Amino acid sequence: MTASAASTPTESPATLRRLTDGKALPIAIVVAAIVLIWYGFTVYLNAPWQIGLYQRAGTEWTAADLVRDTMAQERPVLPAPHQVVAEMWKTTVETRPTSNRSLLNHAWITLSSTLLGFAIGTTLGVILAVGIVHNRAMDKSVMPWVIASQTIPILAIAPMIIVVLNAIGLSGLLPKALISTYLSFFPVVVGMVKGFRSPEAIQFDLMRTYNANRTQTFFRLRWPSALPFLFTSMKVAVAISLVGAIVGELPTGAVAGLGARLLAGSYYGQTIQIWSALFMAAALAAVLVALVGLAQRLVMARMGARP
Amino acid sequence: MNVVATTPTPNPSPQGGGESIAAPSVVEARGLSLTFDTADGPVQALSNVDLSVGRGEFVSFIGPSGCGKTTFLRVIADLEQPTAGDIRVNGLTPEAARRARAYGYVFQAAGLFPWRTIEKNVALPLEIMGYSSRERQERVARTLDLVNLTGFERKFPWQLSGGMQQRASIARALAFDADLLLMDEPFGALDEIVRDHLNEQLLELWARTNKTICFVTHSIPEAVYLSTRIVVMSPRPGRVTDVIESTLPKERPLDIRETPEFLAIAHRVREGLRAGHGDE
Repeated sequence: MTASAASTPTESPATLRRLTDGKALPIAIVVAAIVLIWYGFTVYLNAPWQIGLYQRAGTEWTAADLVRDTMAQERPVLPAPHQVVAEMWKTTVETRPTSNRSLLNHAWITLSSTLLGFAIGTTLGVILAVGIVHNRAMDKSVMPWVIASQTIPILAIAPMIIVVLNAIGLSGLLPKALISTYLSFFPVVVGMVKGFRSPEAIQFDLMRTYNANRTQTFFRLRWPSALPFLFTSMKVAVAISLVGAIVGELPTGAVAGLGARLLAGSYYGQTIQIWSALFMAAALAAVLVALVGLAQRLVMARMGARP
Repeated sequence: MNVVATTPTPNPSPQGGGESIAAPSVVEARGLSLTFDTADGPVQALSNVDLSVGRGEFVSFIGPSGCGKTTFLRVIADLEQPTAGDIRVNGLTPEAARRARAYGYVFQAAGLFPWRTIEKNVALPLEIMGYSSRERQERVARTLDLVNLTGFERKFPWQLSGGMQQRASIARALAFDADLLLMDEPFGALDEIVRDHLNEQLLELWARTNKTICFVTHSIPEAVYLSTRIVVMSPRPGRVTDVIESTLPKERPLDIRETPEFLAIAHRVREGLRAGHGDE
């Protein structure tokens, strides 16, 4: 089907139309529904406090007043979407990126430890997978530990990692990054073990008939076969690296980063700040996953994947 | 020797090695047996097989599934280890022969690497064997021409039909000039017309390259059309029940399959298969 479609010159406008027909509209509807429900809950959740305020002040109020005022509180239970958007605008566009109040600044701090942790985690994951696939002893001994490592709640050991590393003189970026590493190596190990074992039996037989050694078999067969698995694992890994970096920022005394923003926000009841930090984190995760997806498409295209 | 047990052989026993073939044999099996340990107990895939394949022969192995024909090929290729008996490939053990890259193996499925273009797929064994890039190019061009795939160098496997993919995999097996070609039902998954065409091309290729070919198939016409010798095998336990020397000339147009001579050989193969079945 794809082959015949590719040869017709009218394909690209048709694809465009299919895309808009197929995706944009449903997504817009879902987003609109979520925003609507959100506004509903904003009024519902913030109303009790607002009504109490009216009563204490003894002011007359109408339903319209209530709706308006519940969306304009300074420390609402649930801020309205436009409040969050306004806060994000204020802290990204209208604030100098170098300022301590800039959300971009905090996002960058979190992003840098995310990327460092993700890089270390991916490398570690690949190395472990190579060992597991090539060594029976490692297969038996390492894999259970890898799985066990993920059953420990990260929130429980993150402070310990920070404290222990501080004690041996490591502070700043690396301890946070290592928490990202702790989370992100896991999907890579699991994915790559599966990927390295994904070639068919006859492909291994073929390499054997050529008297290929392990290194040749690895780089010519196992590695290329595992690449699709690598990218899929990396999508998961980069997202949880971000989670790891945020969690790692919580016990550092809330100095900087999105995690610090979240913690400070919750100390002082700054719900709008919390929500904008959350949205920044979500946007960051989306961008990171999209970038891995883009890299995947580029690499797969070079490797002759069907368009 | 169980070869003569079921059907009378008109020729003097063809697996007598030196007596019928002047050249030293490429494959020489003596009392070869192989038993697989499966969950349901041991399965005897090969039982006391004696066979010798001379240089330049085209030998087909035919039989129902489970008769050990593929297993025998895999033993030659050192992909399975026999449990008893002796086998020599070019006078060496299969392992030594494999290390010396004595044979090219064509599998049931083309098994091309999907991330490599056709030329890169054919170059794969050459890369592993350490040929220089110049020599790789030259050999890839030559073997692709041999299987009529010139012009498809830069295509990826999925852009080729099943028959073309199988031809590419034959080119891959030919690229490093092994004298022995082991083919395990290479055309089994292809339709009749493509198969006829490839059979014709394979004969042409065999005539041009002077290789020794061991060819596993379950198609009687294919076996008779291609071979200088047909080894009929029967299952449980896998053993040789008949060895038929083809009397057909080396030059074989496709319509040779209508001649009485061809039909007589085909008939004898069918008889051999039926006799093997009756043994159970």
